[in-house]
Amino acid sequence: MKANSTEDIQVSSTQKYNQSPFTLARKRFLKNKLALAGIVVLVIFILAALFAPLLTEHDPTKGDLMLIEKPPSADHILGTDGSGRDNFARLIYGARISLTVGFSAMLFTLIIGVVTGAVAGYYGGKVDNMIMRAADLVLALPFLVLALTIIAILEKVTVGIFVTVIAITAWPTLTRIVRGTFLSLREQEFILGARAIGANDLRIIFKHFIPNAIGPIIVNATLLMATMIIVESGLSFIGMGIPQPTPTWGNMISEAQNIRILRDHPEAWIPPGLAILLTVLAINFIGDGLRDAFDPKSNRR
Amino acid sequence: MHKYIIRRILVFIPMLIMLSIIVFALAKAAPGDPFTGKILDPTVDPEVFNEQREALGLNDPIPVQYFRWATSMAKGDFGESMYYKGRDVQSLISERIVNTVYLGLFALVITLVVAIPIGIYSAKNPYSPLDYSATTFGFLGLAIPNFFFGLIAIYVFAIKLGWFPAQGTISNIHITGFSEFLNRIHHMVLPGITLGLAGTATYMRYMRSEVLDVLGSDYIRTAKAKGMNDRNVLYKHTLRNAIIPIITLMGFEFGALLSGAIITEQVFSYPGLGTLFINSITNRDYPVIMSITLLLGVAILIGNLLADIFYSIVDPRIRYD
Repeated sequence: MKANSTEDIQVSSTQKYNQSPFTLARKRFLKNKLALAGIVVLVIFILAALFAPLLTEHDPTKGDLMLIEKPPSADHILGTDGSGRDNFARLIYGARISLTVGFSAMLFTLIIGVVTGAVAGYYGGKVDNMIMRAADLVLALPFLVLALTIIAILEKVTVGIFVTVIAITAWPTLTRIVRGTFLSLREQEFILGARAIGANDLRIIFKHFIPNAIGPIIVNATLLMATMIIVESGLSFIGMGIPQPTPTWGNMISEAQNIRILRDHPEAWIPPGLAILLTVLAINFIGDGLRDAFDPKSNRR
Repeated sequence: MHKYIIRRILVFIPMLIMLSIIVFALAKAAPGDPFTGKILDPTVDPEVFNEQREALGLNDPIPVQYFRWATSMAKGDFGESMYYKGRDVQSLISERIVNTVYLGLFALVITLVVAIPIGIYSAKNPYSPLDYSATTFGFLGLAIPNFFFGLIAIYVFAIKLGWFPAQGTISNIHITGFSEFLNRIHHMVLPGITLGLAGTATYMRYMRSEVLDVLGSDYIRTAKAKGMNDRNVLYKHTLRNAIIPIITLMGFEFGALLSGAIITEQVFSYPGLGTLFINSITNRDYPVIMSITLLLGVAILIGNLLADIFYSIVDPRIRYD
């Protein structure tokens, strides 16, 4: 499928004949305004997260008990929370945790998903059957319910444990996608050719399968990161995610479960909510842009 | 078709067994047993508890324990809550499950009533202002966390405007009859919309692309060439074919609806299965947690099974192989 779409472009425009599929994909991506806007927004958030100490002098984890639930002022531009911590500092330090958790959960899920999907799709037969039944099973339980059940068993949740729990409950979707791509590649003639000249399994997987499956993998990894950011914020919101006082956007919004903060201090919970919304929108636009860039046939009407 | 249905049901059974094994393993991995927290009297010899454990079969081999657990679960005996002493898990669940079912149905009705007509309109009039607004709404609906949307809904419609209640299922227990029904609906509006939001965005996108696909197909051109009017083309040919994937989507989205309910109920302090689940996790009430987990898993397996069976009935091309 991938090979075909590349062929189409090369045939349709001879002047592009010498360009690699990646160059073509990059060119198509750079034409997508929404995706570029997404990159700009995401870069702003990443920079804010990296340079958080330069943007605020307040400590996001230490509160001042004399300054509880204060309205915005020159010193605390978004006011302070229920423990007297500066909301603006928590917002930008929160970007660190939320983006890191989102990214590492995505990466971990990606590794499990690609390895299981590759093994299942490449070898087929019994191994494939076993992996896919396991995937069906994990999919039978809603991701959030399974993650919550595992969190319930654990005594204490840290960032590392949290990321692991998310990854071991979220891999099957990716496994299915990678397996599907591999299964369709397996029957192609260039794979047969590679085998005929004596290439071993690892070489075939890394030299032929992965490069051909990279498009769908990158696209799904991107969209997965958006999902992970929502999941982290949701779990932190109900108090089952990253524990306080670590600032995450979900933790900040969870303060609004207190009706007084919800009613009187919208400046405390609306900014982190908008931060999640913007980040997820940005990542989704990038993901859609990548999809259209890698597979021009999928262009939405 | 019958062959497909039978084989699909045969696949369902091992899935169910595996699901129960997973939940059993999780239950075994959870700390504590029925005596945890019951050791109130320090003068009681620990040996007594050990004898009790022996009598209850907690020291039996794991497969024996699993078999006993699975049989009692299948009979609807979910055990006793560790937190609410002396209360059956099934009574805790049964007083909450109705609320969640109502909320889920309400959200689903809102979703379908909004998403399907807009999806059809967008496909019939692509790139119209309404199509653009719908696409924008779709992007936002999928990107906004439902708890954040719920909080905004409470802030705007319950606190600022005072149109809808912010929490609960009913104003007071003395309301009866038709006004009780209206009062309950009134309470469900905000959580229902919050829960239905992501689904609405998803179904709208699907409906639009399905209708567009069907409209571009040969048999629609043939129908138009025969002189059939637009109305009949839409109702007799397009919708019948475009609705099929929506049904499968409902099977898959069922799990998302249940997960969404857990967080949405929490935002609105809605006394359903979701709040019971979260409270049980906070209280480390493992028998309740595991029963709800199993129940949701079974519900989703059945949802997928029904969607597949229904799909095979409406689309005779489906074969199992």
